[in-house]
Amino acid sequence: MGLLSKKDAVLLSDPLADNNPITIQVLGICSALAITAELKASIVMAVSVLFVLGLGNVVISLMRNIIPSKIRIIVQLIVVATLVIIVDLVLKAFAYELSKTLSVFVGLIITNCIIMGRFEAFALGNGPWRSFLDGIGNAVGYGVILIAVGFFRELLGSGTLLGFKVLGDSIEKTGLYALGYENNGFMLLSPMALIVVGIIIWIQRSRNTSLIEEN
Amino acid sequence: MSLKQNLHNLKEKYKGTKMAPAFNAIHTFLYLPNEVTHGGTHIKAADDLKRTMNIVIMALVPCLLFGMFNAGYQHYAAIDGSLRTDVLANFFTFDNLWIGIIKVLPLVIVSYGVGLLVEFIFAVIKGHEVEEGYLVTGMLVPLIVPIDTPLWMLAVAVVFGVVIGKEVFGGTGMNILNPALTIRAFLFFAYPTWMSGDKVWVYDAVNRTGTADAISGETILGSYAQNQEVIYSTFDKFMGFIPGSVGETSTFLILVGAAILIFTKIASWRIILSAFVGAAVMGLIFNQIVAADIITDSSKFYGLMNTVWWEHLTIGGLAFGAVFMATDPVTGSQTNKGKWIYGFLIGFISIMIRVFNPAYPEGVFLAILLMNVFAPTIDHYVVQGNVKKRLKRTKVKIA
Repeated sequence: MGLLSKKDAVLLSDPLADNNPITIQVLGICSALAITAELKASIVMAVSVLFVLGLGNVVISLMRNIIPSKIRIIVQLIVVATLVIIVDLVLKAFAYELSKTLSVFVGLIITNCIIMGRFEAFALGNGPWRSFLDGIGNAVGYGVILIAVGFFRELLGSGTLLGFKVLGDSIEKTGLYALGYENNGFMLLSPMALIVVGIIIWIQRSRNTSLIEEN
Repeated sequence: MSLKQNLHNLKEKYKGTKMAPAFNAIHTFLYLPNEVTHGGTHIKAADDLKRTMNIVIMALVPCLLFGMFNAGYQHYAAIDGSLRTDVLANFFTFDNLWIGIIKVLPLVIVSYGVGLLVEFIFAVIKGHEVEEGYLVTGMLVPLIVPIDTPLWMLAVAVVFGVVIGKEVFGGTGMNILNPALTIRAFLFFAYPTWMSGDKVWVYDAVNRTGTADAISGETILGSYAQNQEVIYSTFDKFMGFIPGSVGETSTFLILVGAAILIFTKIASWRIILSAFVGAAVMGLIFNQIVAADIITDSSKFYGLMNTVWWEHLTIGGLAFGAVFMATDPVTGSQTNKGKWIYGFLIGFISIMIRVFNPAYPEGVFLAILLMNVFAPTIDHYVVQGNVKKRLKRTKVKIA
């Protein structure tokens, strides 16, 4: 195996499938609903969370023995806030238009429950390497769902992918639009993101019935 | 060998396999099943789910037939306004019916075809019998969409409505929202240009936009919302010789349907009556606001607020919603007191949305969906109130 022991590999693979932060733990839903109308925004959000969670987990893990437990939430918040400000400033410097689309939601990464959840549940009790893997695993698990939702919402809602008109031009009526196809405006509204996430959860649970809770 | 015998043999052949529900459903739909229960005592009643659904469909047929004639009538009357001077002579013509046949029947066929296909697929996958619930939904859907709705849009919406509105909750009888209205709401939010404006309500108006033959088909609510005069008489509005969704224009025929449903005790008269009362009360309140000069004709809400309260009852989809949608026994309130509250709020909120949303002046489907969500809560408090009252009574007796 080399780099990863079996126990460490689970940290990476588990959040991707059977312990996905969005579809199983139902965390981080707010951002999944708010910014997934475009694929590009979803990807940037996924990368931002990957950076914040991966690095934040390592920082918290390194400091875990010196943080007084009474004020640990505040310390965690400061760590996330620092990292989020870095992401925000980088976006403003190199992708200004995009940072406007994401607007407050980059800042709101601070309140993303997945991040605080991983700090509390994992980084405070594990070494930096394992915390790093856990952070990466959870951020990728979050990002995969975000990108999947963003893909369907942009494709069906605007007929584009990353801004490319893959289905033809809706104003000049080329491609599919010549046949009378129209964009589904509902896809651009947040409720539809909830329904798309719901359908993903549905598919996942019907494929792996052990995930279904007993009533 | 007769078809019935053939079907019976097929049913026997596939018994216990995955496809069994599909053959069962076809057999039950076309014929009375020849199985009877053996042993034990049973309460016998003439109305099963199949018969209940059939009566609702029968109550809807007058609206459908009228809608087919009206489709053609509105089309020709928009081209030649003089037709409106003698409605009765120009209404029941074959030309009108023909437009109804080529425009309305495809809506009905797509609605039933797609919806039943989804139901069959789910029945086979989940291994239960095909439920009768869609029989009514499939008839309601074509009646509440604009005439020019593209068929593929209807198909997409039906799949969405049946799967997300009903099947994810566990099928007929378990749904929170009325599936027909879920379909309507999906169309409204997904394809707003096809669901509102002054072009979609009359056949061919969309295609003619921008040409010399352009015709307009503004609904009455649309005209009122823009503070315009309406050319239709009260008789026209009540009888339904007006543009609108396919089957909801005729308040008269809807009331005929209501009479059938109330007589057979399928729909609750409490809900129907209280919905009309609620709408009238809201209309009266708005009339009073205008009368008190709180709002002037510079306001964008003035047109609809100034509409006489009883007129609100005959125009738009209020009557259709109150009679055929609000009374859905699955999604409505169950307790008698709850039914009064539920119906009243539907009417009340319908008119409120209608007035305060000038861009799309109709709110019946939104009001009913909203109250569908609240129906269990209403029932809960009605039951709790009753429990408390009785507890109090026993306490008094003991003391």
